[in-house]
Amino acid sequence: MSIKIENLTHIYNPKSPFESKALDNVNLHIEAGEFIGLIGHTGSGKSTLTQHLNGLLKPTSGKIFINDMDITDKTVKMSEIRKKVGLVFQYPEHQLFEETVFKDISYGPTNLGLSEEEVLARVKESMKLVKLSFDDLKDRSPFELSGGQRRRVAIAGVLAMNPEVLILDEPTAGLDPKGRDDILEQIKHLHNQMGNTVILVSHSMEDIAKLVDRIIVMDKGSVALSGTAAEVFKHVEKLESIGLGIPQISYLMKRLKEVDPDFKDEIFTVEEAKEEIIKWIRRRKNA
Amino acid sequence: MLKDITIGQHYPTGSLIHKLDARTKIIGTFAIIVSLFIGVNAPSYGLVALFIFLCVHISKIPKKFIVKGIKPLRIIIILTFLINIFMTQGEVLYNLGPLVITREGVRQGVFMAIRLALLVMGTSLLTLTTSPIALTDGIENLLKPFKKIGVPAHELAMMMTIALRFIPTLLEETDKIMKAQMARGADFESGNIISRAKGLVPLMVPLFISAFRRADELAMAMEARCYRGGDNRTRMKQARMLKIDYLSLLAIALLLAVLVLLRMLA
Repeated sequence: MSIKIENLTHIYNPKSPFESKALDNVNLHIEAGEFIGLIGHTGSGKSTLTQHLNGLLKPTSGKIFINDMDITDKTVKMSEIRKKVGLVFQYPEHQLFEETVFKDISYGPTNLGLSEEEVLARVKESMKLVKLSFDDLKDRSPFELSGGQRRRVAIAGVLAMNPEVLILDEPTAGLDPKGRDDILEQIKHLHNQMGNTVILVSHSMEDIAKLVDRIIVMDKGSVALSGTAAEVFKHVEKLESIGLGIPQISYLMKRLKEVDPDFKDEIFTVEEAKEEIIKWIRRRKNA
Repeated sequence: MLKDITIGQHYPTGSLIHKLDARTKIIGTFAIIVSLFIGVNAPSYGLVALFIFLCVHISKIPKKFIVKGIKPLRIIIILTFLINIFMTQGEVLYNLGPLVITREGVRQGVFMAIRLALLVMGTSLLTLTTSPIALTDGIENLLKPFKKIGVPAHELAMMMTIALRFIPTLLEETDKIMKAQMARGADFESGNIISRAKGLVPLMVPLFISAFRRADELAMAMEARCYRGGDNRTRMKQARMLKIDYLSLLAIALLLAVLVLLRMLA
């Protein structure tokens, strides 16, 4: 499921004193099966962009194609788009409303008009994907669960619709480190298993560097940088000038390289850094 | 739909009217309401209309914006007009079967329609030119003298401030939850009235939960900062009545005096 965005511009509250341009001539191409990390400062247009991808917002101008289907066309059925593109909002647990976890997760698939057996299968499947026990939790009220569990119920509610493109808007915001790692791991696992296109919106350079194939950096409504971690994190100054930066571990490795040019500095995760430092120590010993 | 309602919106332009003290504007608005009911003939309505247009002009708010505020009320205005035309007794102008149009009816209908339109324009001007915070401060100041007879002026003003403060927040929240449920295939726009009402459950439940959560958090935050009602509280921005405020009040008083005079002459 590839996504093509052409000259997308979005203006909020046009022709009023509160007019603001959230997206300014965005052009993007996302291949099927890619794992994309979308980063940017608050107000850079990330959320506006993601909401366009499943038809919740209509562009002021420009076009969006999902597998050659123009979703900005008025004749396209919204339900068709929503079936293909699943969007998990920020703090998705705030959208839970049903009496039981089962009912809540089945809300999406039921809206798609699936049969009861099919819905049951989808709920089971999606709960498994986010590592929630179907038997223990299906009859519990979502409001009795812990924050991390609630978030996973909400994510399962979107996964149960079997989207081919999955967009997650800061899925780890406000979670403790354990909850964060769990959710990121499950997303990675999901991507590997189902092979669907995933767009992860995040503030955390560390998370992004660890997970994604390609990084897209947004600034003031346009795409500032796009490429692999190595390509994007080369532009340290540009990233810093738009209020971002590179992973902390990369700063450390850059400093180490200044001390000893033998160090590799294109390192973005703690794991890689550990390997590199161990290698360096071994080289020193052998020398 | 919500966007069309201009009453209650704030439209900052920094004009002279925006800078007036909220008290002046509240009193002025009441005066306009009163003046619309004192008025009896064309010259008096003309005078009030002129006054309102003058205020709009000084406020620098686009005239289109003000006219837009009357739009949602056009059905009420037209209905009032028709009822007055057909239901007033008097000199018959035209006979439409059982319906009779009278000279007095036409006169009454036209005046009522003008009165309603001017009423909406005049009152929306208050909120358009005054920020919600300034407005509630103004109300609190005006109610202060009544504190002695047990009117909880500060509490009322605080409640209004909080309510006004949370309207945009809750609107935003509604929008967000609506979108989240739409992303899960919810449909808020089609179907009959029963299925639509049912469709609102996924919106209302999270909205209520979040409203209660916010109320709880706000109460906690206020308590943590030792809030204990209005006694001995001071303000960062003291509202002051300036010369321009007294001049404006004088102008309004003059307007009322002329209208009373016109009424006595008629």
